[in-house]
Amino acid sequence: MTRGIERIPSSEITPRELYLRRREFIGGAIASLVLAGASSADAAPLAFSKSAFSTNEPLTPKADVTTYNNFYEFGTGKGDPSSYAGSLKTSPWSVKIDGLVSKPATYALEDILKPVTLEERIYRMRCVEGWSMVTPWIGFPLSDLLNRVEPLGSAKYVAFETLVRPSEMRGQRGFFQPLDWPYVEGLRLDEAMHPLTILAVGLYGETLPNQNGAPIRLVAPWKYGFKGIKSVVRISLVEKQPVTSWNRQNPSEYGFYSNVNPEVDHPRWSQKTERRIGDGGGLFAKRRPTLPFNGYADQVASLYTGMDLKTYF
Amino acid sequence: MAVLASASNKSFQRAINALPRWPLYVIGAIPGIWIFWLALNDRLGADPVKTLEHTLGLWALRFIIASLVVTPIRRFGGPNLIRFRRALGLLAFFYACAHLLAYIIFDQGLDAHAIIADIIKRPYITIGMFAFAILVPLAVTSNAAMIKRMGAAAWQKLHRWVYVAAIAAVVHFLMSVKSWPAEPVIYAAIVAALLLIRAGFAARKRLSAAAPRTV
Repeated sequence: MTRGIERIPSSEITPRELYLRRREFIGGAIASLVLAGASSADAAPLAFSKSAFSTNEPLTPKADVTTYNNFYEFGTGKGDPSSYAGSLKTSPWSVKIDGLVSKPATYALEDILKPVTLEERIYRMRCVEGWSMVTPWIGFPLSDLLNRVEPLGSAKYVAFETLVRPSEMRGQRGFFQPLDWPYVEGLRLDEAMHPLTILAVGLYGETLPNQNGAPIRLVAPWKYGFKGIKSVVRISLVEKQPVTSWNRQNPSEYGFYSNVNPEVDHPRWSQKTERRIGDGGGLFAKRRPTLPFNGYADQVASLYTGMDLKTYF
Repeated sequence: MAVLASASNKSFQRAINALPRWPLYVIGAIPGIWIFWLALNDRLGADPVKTLEHTLGLWALRFIIASLVVTPIRRFGGPNLIRFRRALGLLAFFYACAHLLAYIIFDQGLDAHAIIADIIKRPYITIGMFAFAILVPLAVTSNAAMIKRMGAAAWQKLHRWVYVAAIAAVVHFLMSVKSWPAEPVIYAAIVAALLLIRAGFAARKRLSAAAPRTV
C-alpha cells in the first residue's frame, strides 16, 4: 500500500507538501484517463491530484474495500457484489441530468469527465450497520458538474437514481426483492454543492470496480454509506425533498439526512461505536467511538444549524 | 399415519439403534472448530468478528431445527432418530453459548456497559438473550438423571419450551438485518413449517382422544 503524502491534517487547506508538488499533480491530471473502452472487468489506471480533504488514517486494504460491499442490486450478502457485479456492462454509460437546470441532457460519461480534474479523496466511510472503512476514492466535486448544468433558482434538492438492468444485476430479479428499484437517493442542494461531496469514478488509483458502484457513484463522507448511491444513471434537480430508497423501505429507521450521529441510535442497534474493517486487529479488533458527522463536523455542521438532528435523522 | 414397517425398515432401524451417539458430538463440533480456526488465521474476510458471530448463531439455529425434525421424520414413516435428539439439542446449546461468547468477547470487547445497554434497549438482542435463557434449563435437564428426577411428564412439558426458543431465535435473526434478505426469511419459514406440523399432530391427537375410532 503506497501513500503519496503522509499526515496531512484535514484542517490545513493547502498543505505545503502538496503545494510544492502541484505541477506534478496538474501534469498527471492533464494526462487524464480514457474511461471509454475500458471493459467492465478491467481496472484502468487513473491520473489524479491529491486533496487536502484526505484523512491520514491508515487505508482499509483494497481486498476488503472490494469484497465487503452492500450493493443490493447484486444480492444482499456482503460478498455478492464482488461475486456477481462482473456481469454489469459499464461502457457505454451516460447520465441523464434533468429537472430544474438550464442545460438538461443525457451526458455521455466521457463528456462529464472531460473538463474535470480528478482528485484522490481519502475518506472515512461509516456504514449504518456499525462498521467503517478508510477509502481512497478518486473523483471530482459534484458541484463541478452541477454548476455546468446550471441549476435554476427553484432547485432545492438533488435526486439520484441507480441503473435498473435485471439482466445484468441479479439482485433485481427473482423472488426476494429487498428494495424497490431503481435505488434512489437525494441530497439537499447545499449538501450536494458542499466541497466534500464528490462523484467518484475510481478507487485505489484505478477505475471503480463494479462492486463499488462503477462507473460513477456518489460519496458524501459525513453521511451513512447507503447515501452514496452507486452506478448513477440519473441526476435530477428538484424543488421537493426526493424519495430515498432506505427511507421508503423503513422510514422509522432510515431518515432522509442520515448524517452519521453517535447520539441517534438506529432503533435496533447502537450507533455509538464502529468496527474499522481491516485494521489488523482481526478477532480482537477494538470498536472505536463513532464521531459526529463521521469526523467531518468542522466542515459540515454549519449546514444543519438550528435543525434538531434527532428529528431530522 | 401408521406406515407398515417392512423388514428392511426394521433392519435399518436396528442398524440406527446400534450406532454410537458420541460421534455426533464430534461431527457437530466440526463447523464451530473450523470457523474459529479460520477466524484465528484471518481467513474470514473483511469482518471476521461478524462472520464468526453470525456463523455460530446460525449453527445454533440449525441444530435447534434438527432437533425439531426428529419427531416429524418418525411420524411420516421415517426412522426413529430420537436417541440422537439430546445430542442435537446440546449442540444447539453449545453453539448458542459460543455465539453469545463471540458477541461478548469479540463484538463488544467485554464492554459490560455496552452489553447491558444492548440487552435492555435493543429488542433483537433482548429476544436473542431470551432464546438463550430458555436453552439453559433445557440443556441442564438433558440427562437421564434429570428425567428420572423430574418425571417424564414434567420433563416433556419443560422441553416444549424449545418451540418458543426456536421462534425467538428466528425473530432475533430477522430483526438483526436490514430489509428482508432471503436467508433469515427461509429459516423463519422452516421453523414455522415445523411448528405447524407439530400443531397438526397435537390437533389430531385431541380429535382422536375425543372420538375414539371404531374399526
